[in-house]
Amino acid sequence: MADSRALYQEVILDHNRKPRNYGTLERPSHRADGYNPLCGDRLHLTLQVNGDNIDAIAFEGESCAICKASASMMTAAVKGKTRAAAETLFHEFRDMATGRLDPAAAGRHLGRLGVFAGVRDLPTRVKCAILPWHTLHAALNSVATATTEADADPMHAPIGNA
Amino acid sequence: MIAQPAVLKKDAVPALDVERIRADFPILGLRLDGKPLVYLDNAASSQMPQPVIDRLVRYRTSQHANIHRAVHTLSETATREYEEARRKIARFINARADHEVIFTSGTTDGINLVAQTYGRRAVGKGDEIILTVLEHHSNIVPWQMLAEEKGARIRVVPVNDAGELLLDEYERLFTPRTRLVAVGHVSNALGTVNPVKLMIAGAHLRGVPVVVDGAQAAPHLKLDMQDLDCDFYAFSGHKMCGPTGIGVLYGKTALLEQMPPFKGGGDMILSVSFEKTVYAGLPNKFEAGTPPIAGAIGLGAAVDYLSGVGLEAIGAWEHELLEYATAQIRQLPGVRIIGTAARKAAVLSFVIDDVHPHDVGTLLNEAGVAVRTGHHCAQPAMERFKVPATTRASFAFYNTLAEADALVAGIREVQKVFL
Repeated sequence: MADSRALYQEVILDHNRKPRNYGTLERPSHRADGYNPLCGDRLHLTLQVNGDNIDAIAFEGESCAICKASASMMTAAVKGKTRAAAETLFHEFRDMATGRLDPAAAGRHLGRLGVFAGVRDLPTRVKCAILPWHTLHAALNSVATATTEADADPMHAPIGNA
Repeated sequence: MIAQPAVLKKDAVPALDVERIRADFPILGLRLDGKPLVYLDNAASSQMPQPVIDRLVRYRTSQHANIHRAVHTLSETATREYEEARRKIARFINARADHEVIFTSGTTDGINLVAQTYGRRAVGKGDEIILTVLEHHSNIVPWQMLAEEKGARIRVVPVNDAGELLLDEYERLFTPRTRLVAVGHVSNALGTVNPVKLMIAGAHLRGVPVVVDGAQAAPHLKLDMQDLDCDFYAFSGHKMCGPTGIGVLYGKTALLEQMPPFKGGGDMILSVSFEKTVYAGLPNKFEAGTPPIAGAIGLGAAVDYLSGVGLEAIGAWEHELLEYATAQIRQLPGVRIIGTAARKAAVLSFVIDDVHPHDVGTLLNEAGVAVRTGHHCAQPAMERFKVPATTRASFAFYNTLAEADALVAGIREVQKVFL
């Protein structure tokens, strides 16, 4: 069994208590809602993208600690980055959380986001960590709503809401 | 209005020897990561005692064949055992006749059966179906699908802050267009025991039949179909120490006879030609195809087991567990119990300040305590109490006071992590 206690590291608990970039941007250029029907996590993400650059990003919503900390750390990680860099992080994060990528491997960009690697051993929590990234991906690609349902999560077939 | 029942008479019931009972359940001896399993997710699925496991093995190793077909010995044995299981269940729920017990795949299947057969004939455009805000999605969605198809309307009985149905409001929801009431006997999300007997009597005064979702009641309450006088009652095997994939729909003979079949296929017909097919009588009309034979026989063994322990004794012990755990959890600062009805099954739904139930569940699991977190397939009930989700500990008669202590200790640990 995974040591789930290890997942609740101080950095995650801290971002849960004091989420960064929490709120809604007034005039966002991009926005999307994320929803995980399994546990009811909801996120609203707003971005200000200037040219190719993510100038500002904010999130708010109701979610568990893993999801909220992931959203908080994601906003901190992509703020000031290019869209392409954010997309690269999205793919790497997803692959790490689903166990297809070793976060310690060379040439990766995840850095502190590696604290979420532990969710790979908790199949029911993988989606909590990934939801903010799906929502970011959706917003950057002008999709209004993201859910974790279509995710190619190796441990989970799509789950209905009952 | 309907009067509330008086407080149930507390007769002396034989005490349960919990340790002896636990010895019947091999899985309860499991250790996960070195910690003993504390299984408090019984409302989702209960565990299976050795006599039921043994019965399934005996069937599979020495009695299996298809039923109602061949003349060979094994088929006759399997048919006899399958029908014997039906008889046991009919007695267990005090049905008037064995053929009032229809085997289904579970509660959901039973409710869909009623919606798609009785419901499609009885409900038309502008008609109304009464549900309650406490219902499990499986007692909401089949009726919504029917209402959408027919242009009918769903009316919803509200609850008070304790999670008790408002019976005055229930009475007011009836109109000349009311065609059906569907109500859960026990709320899976909050544990409320609904006064279904009174509600059935109220509906019958207006000539309206009642479907009861008994999934959460069958493992805990002594069921008596004739006393309840319900028209339909659905429940699942796996929540009452039986296997998954088997359930029961009880229906009154007169209603079942009027209803068209639900699924077409083998075993539900008397004769088939391309010109005309004649359907079989009860219960076969509703059991198309090869049924879950082992499941039915296993469920028969499960009701034997539950009857052996005694539903009164089960109810009394579970009540003690609930009272004990409730008192402990009430003392924890920052923890709020959702669902505080006067009559409750042993379900404890709660929220912890500033901690999402999903995180609670993951950390309790770390302590070996298995609970359910989420909306419990009862989103309208969650909405009513303005919580997105809860953590739910649900007890069975094989749980102990020490396990309630483990839950409470686990909650304290969770609070420490999130301090």
